[in-house]
Amino acid sequence: MRMLRSVTIGQHIPGDSLIHRLDPRTKILSSIVLIVLLFVVKGFIGYGLVALGIALVVRASNIPLRFVLRGVRPLMVILVFTLTLHLFMTDGRIIFQIWFLKVTWEGLIRGLMMGTRLLLLIIGTSMLTLTTSPMQLTDGIETLLRPGKKIGIPAHELAMMMTIALRFIPTLLEETEKIMKAQMARGADFQSGGITQRAKSLIPLLVPLFVNAFRRADDLAIAMEARGYRGGEGRTKLRELKFQRSDMMALGFVLAFALVVGAFF
Amino acid sequence: MREPLIRFTDVNFIYAKAHGGEGLAALKDVNLDVFEGEFVAVLGHNGSGKSTLAKHVNALLTPTSGQVIVDGLDTVDQEKVWEIRQKVGMVFQNPDNQLVATTVEEDVAFGPENLGVPSLEIQSRVTSSLEAVGMLSYRLHSPHQLSGGQKQRVAIAGVISMLPKCIVLDEPTAMLDPNGRSEVMSTIHSLNREKGITVLHITHHMDEVIGADRVIVMDEGRIVLQGTPREVFSQVELLRSLHLDVPQVTDLAERLRKRGFEIPQGTLTVNEMVMLLCPSD
Ligand SMILES: Nc1ncnc2c1ncn2[C@@H]1O[C@H](COP(=O)(O)OP(=O)(O)O)[C@@H](O)[C@H]1O
Ligand SMILES: [Mg+2]
Repeated sequence: MRMLRSVTIGQHIPGDSLIHRLDPRTKILSSIVLIVLLFVVKGFIGYGLVALGIALVVRASNIPLRFVLRGVRPLMVILVFTLTLHLFMTDGRIIFQIWFLKVTWEGLIRGLMMGTRLLLLIIGTSMLTLTTSPMQLTDGIETLLRPGKKIGIPAHELAMMMTIALRFIPTLLEETEKIMKAQMARGADFQSGGITQRAKSLIPLLVPLFVNAFRRADDLAIAMEARGYRGGEGRTKLRELKFQRSDMMALGFVLAFALVVGAFF
Repeated sequence: MREPLIRFTDVNFIYAKAHGGEGLAALKDVNLDVFEGEFVAVLGHNGSGKSTLAKHVNALLTPTSGQVIVDGLDTVDQEKVWEIRQKVGMVFQNPDNQLVATTVEEDVAFGPENLGVPSLEIQSRVTSSLEAVGMLSYRLHSPHQLSGGQKQRVAIAGVISMLPKCIVLDEPTAMLDPNGRSEVMSTIHSLNREKGITVLHITHHMDEVIGADRVIVMDEGRIVLQGTPREVFSQVELLRSLHLDVPQVTDLAERLRKRGFEIPQGTLTVNEMVMLLCPSD
């Protein structure tokens, strides 16, 4: 139950660094470039260069390293899994052999490469969420998707949905906890029994949760309408996004870097 | 005589039944004038039609028959709906279900954003609205970090940032603890007094009614009683028959009168009672 509370949504750490001040669109686009680059690069020199680039960004963001690494911890399992899988499953020159498990040079290298790739991916993209507030992030996504309106991408609606989801996740978590406690006070048991037993014990939790969620949605719709909401048309923003010179430079630099590293390594 | 800000003329409203058949009449022949700057309280037990009345003021519902005029605009006029919603802000009962954004300031900005107000202007409105409800230092908090009373004050700020002439509050204190209730009540009263915002306050707490200029009592979709708090609370028997309480002091006064004490009807506050029972000078 403690666990529910410790779930934090959007790990944004406010600040006033160079990276924090960049337009969210710059950061989103740069993250996409990074993802593509990581799939293009094939050698350790390339990964080293990307790592160097990311390190510079982390440095410029003034975010303490432990916050950056905190994002890696939940994915440690996947990382180790990837490494082991490649280590044992690749054919090639055998380093040593335990029973039927062969560890090969090729496997070691592949595993390390995949691991590094994943690690860089996580750290690189977490720089986006660490330095950008959820609000800026949704604003950024909305403006980036806006040209897609012509082909039917509902940019504003998607952004609004994201905002509402982010707004209500903590509320629903609190409510889940409250209902769980109430049911436990009446003798409900969520912990023991087999899978079916446990799934069954969730029904008295999920039913009130869903019923309440629908009521909330109803209330919220009325409240939004009462406050003059009528879709994205003609809406303004508390803070308009501004693409500045620093954004141009940052984006230009990221692209140039990616092209060079992608082409040569 | 000056024009009322809000005028209900012979308003009837019937909720449509889902599968045809007779609907439910929630408002019956309602006539009501609310003037600019007034603080009007609406009383009535559950299901008496208070929320239905409230939703008519900003065109969330429109009359089945009759007419609602807000600041010269007819609420059935589709073209004027958004203008009416700017003039009349609504605050609802559940503080959790009316905040939209992930931070306090973004939420307060939501209304003006919908109205297409320019960014700089929104920023100054957000600041002044949060200041008016005493929540400025919370501007970067997220709603779930706030208490119920604080959430309601943010909801009120979110409404006054649209610069309305009137705010309608539908049982805004019903889900709050006593501290939250008094926070919200003093906020509403100060907005009414200092900014001259007209207030239509729906409640079932009798003590929240005492400070109003006028009280309206509803029962089964009708306005059954109307007057100053003193006039209304002097009708103890009628209120009881409508399943409404009277404030404790008024109740005491009534009992004392029945025992032969000379106490005027509609005594409302403890101070008044003290002066009546122990006249010092
Ligand atoms: N959406 C609705 N559909 C049908 N009937 C409704 C609806 N909302 C309210 N009612 C009915 O209208 C009557 C008045 O309700 P309401 O205005 O909510 O009263 P109050 O706010 O005083 O409790 C009640 O009998 C209620 O059941
Ligand atoms: Mg109601």
